[in-house]
Amino acid sequence: MNPTVIDAALARSFGLAAEEYDRVLAIMGRVPTLTELGIFSVMWSEHCSYKSSRIWLKTLPTTAPWVIHGPGENAGVVDIGEGRAAIFKMESHNHPSFIEPYQGAATGVGGILRDVFTMGARPVANLNALRFGDPSLPVTKRVVDGVVRGIGGYGNCVGVPTVGGETNFHPSYNGNPLVNAMTVGIADQDRIFLSAAAGIGNPVVYVGSKTGRDGIHGATMASAEFGADAEEKRPTVQVGDPFIEKLLIEACLELMATDAIVAIQDMGAAGLTSSSVEMAGKGGVGIELELDAVPQRETGMSAYEMMLSESQERMLIVLQPGREAMARAIFEKWELDFAVIGRITDTGRIVVRHQGRTEADIELAPLADQAPLYERPWVEPAKPAPLGPVESPVAPGAALLALIGCPDLASRAWIWNQYDGTVGGQTLRRPGQADAAIVRIEGSRRALALTTDCTPRYCVADPETGGAQAVVESWRNITATGATPLAVTDNLNFGNPEKPAIMGQIVAAIRGMGEACRALDYPIVSGNVSLYNETEGTAILPTPAIGGLGVIEDGAAATGIALAPGLDLVLIGETGGELGASLFLREILHREDGAPPALDLAAEKRNGDFVRSQIRAGAIAACHDVSDGGLLVALAEMALAGDTGIALAAIPETLAPHAFWFGEDQARYVAATEDGPALLAAAAAAGIPARALGRSGGDHLTGPDGIAISISEIRAAHEAFFARWFA
Amino acid sequence: MRAGIILFPGINRERDIAIALEASLGARPRLVWHRETDLAGLDLVVIPGGFSYGDYLRCGAMAAQSPVMRAVVEHAKRGGYVLGVCNGFQILTEAQLLPGALLRNAGLRFLSMDCRLRVERNDTVFAGRYDKGAVFRAPMAHGDGNYIADSETLDRLEGEGLVAFRYVDATGAATEAANLNGSARNIAGIYAPGLRILGLMPHPENLVDPATGGIDGKPLFDSLNAIGRAA
Repeated sequence: MNPTVIDAALARSFGLAAEEYDRVLAIMGRVPTLTELGIFSVMWSEHCSYKSSRIWLKTLPTTAPWVIHGPGENAGVVDIGEGRAAIFKMESHNHPSFIEPYQGAATGVGGILRDVFTMGARPVANLNALRFGDPSLPVTKRVVDGVVRGIGGYGNCVGVPTVGGETNFHPSYNGNPLVNAMTVGIADQDRIFLSAAAGIGNPVVYVGSKTGRDGIHGATMASAEFGADAEEKRPTVQVGDPFIEKLLIEACLELMATDAIVAIQDMGAAGLTSSSVEMAGKGGVGIELELDAVPQRETGMSAYEMMLSESQERMLIVLQPGREAMARAIFEKWELDFAVIGRITDTGRIVVRHQGRTEADIELAPLADQAPLYERPWVEPAKPAPLGPVESPVAPGAALLALIGCPDLASRAWIWNQYDGTVGGQTLRRPGQADAAIVRIEGSRRALALTTDCTPRYCVADPETGGAQAVVESWRNITATGATPLAVTDNLNFGNPEKPAIMGQIVAAIRGMGEACRALDYPIVSGNVSLYNETEGTAILPTPAIGGLGVIEDGAAATGIALAPGLDLVLIGETGGELGASLFLREILHREDGAPPALDLAAEKRNGDFVRSQIRAGAIAACHDVSDGGLLVALAEMALAGDTGIALAAIPETLAPHAFWFGEDQARYVAATEDGPALLAAAAAAGIPARALGRSGGDHLTGPDGIAISISEIRAAHEAFFARWFA
Repeated sequence: MRAGIILFPGINRERDIAIALEASLGARPRLVWHRETDLAGLDLVVIPGGFSYGDYLRCGAMAAQSPVMRAVVEHAKRGGYVLGVCNGFQILTEAQLLPGALLRNAGLRFLSMDCRLRVERNDTVFAGRYDKGAVFRAPMAHGDGNYIADSETLDRLEGEGLVAFRYVDATGAATEAANLNGSARNIAGIYAPGLRILGLMPHPENLVDPATGGIDGKPLFDSLNAIGRAA
């Protein structure tokens, strides 16, 4: 790329609006060089600057006594006791995953891993949140296959277990799937590494893979809608090398065990530009880079290309003076490139030199402080009309079989069987065994409880309630294992924020998330925003995915969902039979209207705290939250996991059977216990609504309204979808 | 009994194996970097699972050419014991310490799930704590576990009693359905003649702690205590 004229039109093609380019001119006092324009355009892209979302993100609660570092670092850090910290974050790789599913998803995993180990944590778990289009389309099958292979191909090779996730299907994702990857790591609290550069004259070191021309302007691509030319953007997708990533993890952790590192950051979106600008900017210092020293995979690369390359598996480190030889020996042992490419200065400027020429010289403060920040026009989403009464055309048993086999509820074993879930030897509850994955801390009895959640059909009906519900469901999933929920990471996926209706979804969802986080004492410590998820003008369902993290003292005691025979089943929480925006409505009645179930955050907290206390007292043998598909689906999932039947009790006369069984009322759990009357009495004493549901045993699900289905028939329905699709 | 774990770049189950060995043997195994060539003092050399050199050429092919593998061959010639798990099994076949090869799984997908293994003989230092014919669970996690050898080699393995474990169903039957990766004759693990070298694809080291869902793999590591008595 060698344009002759640098002007507003070129800036526009780099994604900078006219007034943004004017601001560049004002800051520079002259026409920028191509490299300078490249730096401004990526730093001011939506992806790097959060210019549309930042003012709203600031309203989210981010603090608690156990939060060590909230948003602003590479990942969030929370105290998990015993002197250790959990470091975690979720990040999207949506646009690349549509263009090139395998590499898009694989590099998504690689990028989020680096965000976590750059802070000094050994990654111990990966999760993901995936949304795909209509399964009947060939393109969806291709994307699902590539994304699942990509996540597995990368995660399996680096040796970090993939322990959980969620997958939904909806036509709104036909041209814009969502791939949100989450990594959780563990570090000692006194060995956490930050990114603020310091120490005038300190060497700036480049480690990892060589730089190539891949991924140039990836961050800009991630900040625009797709047109019909999506295929042409393939060159902006990066290619991952999980083997190099594994070496990089080990080499960085080895160096981190010394006292040589002042600051460290991965080269993620916008590569060398964002890492150097952010490290120097946070430290209030300057930085000089000599690009001739950058390890290069291709010949003849320009300064512009090197500064904007998004080649993977690279890190930037500021070292203590005099430690270069020791650090170099570690990286050479792991057969990785190591190069001193610059130094920290006191100028407050980033100066980039290449082949004897100064290619960029920018004052850092205005690059950060004058970054665009928009309160884009937005309209409050209209509250949906409540769903009136609906009749069911089918009996509860038939509805159950249809629901539990539908793409959104069918067994995900086909997916998780392609992910190594056991490497590391600390996975105590694998996918499908409990509402949250349980990963023990090596050398301790303590374990982390991890989950990802979002219900996009609620979010499109009512973004505020949907945003809150995503937070609440993750909190419930952690609670149902007996763990204490601590904090969340979020991944906000929306359409074009320049459309007031979409911006209104963003504002309302963030408002709902904030309300739920405050009510549950469950702060947001890290996150990522992915906007412009539209293809040819059609936006995705608003999808604020939540990654939740909790801790449990004795991981071995974590409660799973599998039912044993001979247990009493008790429903905790109130059932009003809310069918608005439910899966029953969509799958059985083919309607997607109505309001999502109402949220009562106080009841959520009360009911969840009660369930957790009963689990810790040893009164609950298995537990499952009630979510997608409602109560009968939750019961069937427990029966399937334990391979045992259930004899269901009578239902309340006040509700229609389909409303009772398939309503998606919130704040509910199914608890299996040796002593149902005692649990009901404890609930009554605590003022918690509870109801006897039946008893486990046999090999059938039997109950009122003619429910009589063998567990094997339910299993066949549950497992058919993926098996048939990928036969 | 001294055990050592060989570390190639890209190996990722060395911690899992170390934990299992230490729990059963009572001593922390030595970690041996792939550039080292001195295995003196080690009774058992373990090559763990992972993706050595990314498995980019062919699973295990690069590692088999590494300096430490010449030392492993010498160790084996001296009568030393060798255990290769998953990528370690692939490396042992590439180094020709074990016959045959591991191809892509029959379904051409990575497989991560529990399988069941039948103990074909228990008069070895690797399987002494299992009953002969016993069926135990082990997690598998591989893309290339489809064991293949020419029929002459397979007949020889069977004839000489060198099949260590087979993929079976819950009743112990070596069915096609239980043979998830398509291995020849349901073979999950084999011995070299002399019964001092074992390679297997599944991961008994990931089921040695009740908290992880069972201890089906623990007898294999407990069995290794026999090496101290044999030596």
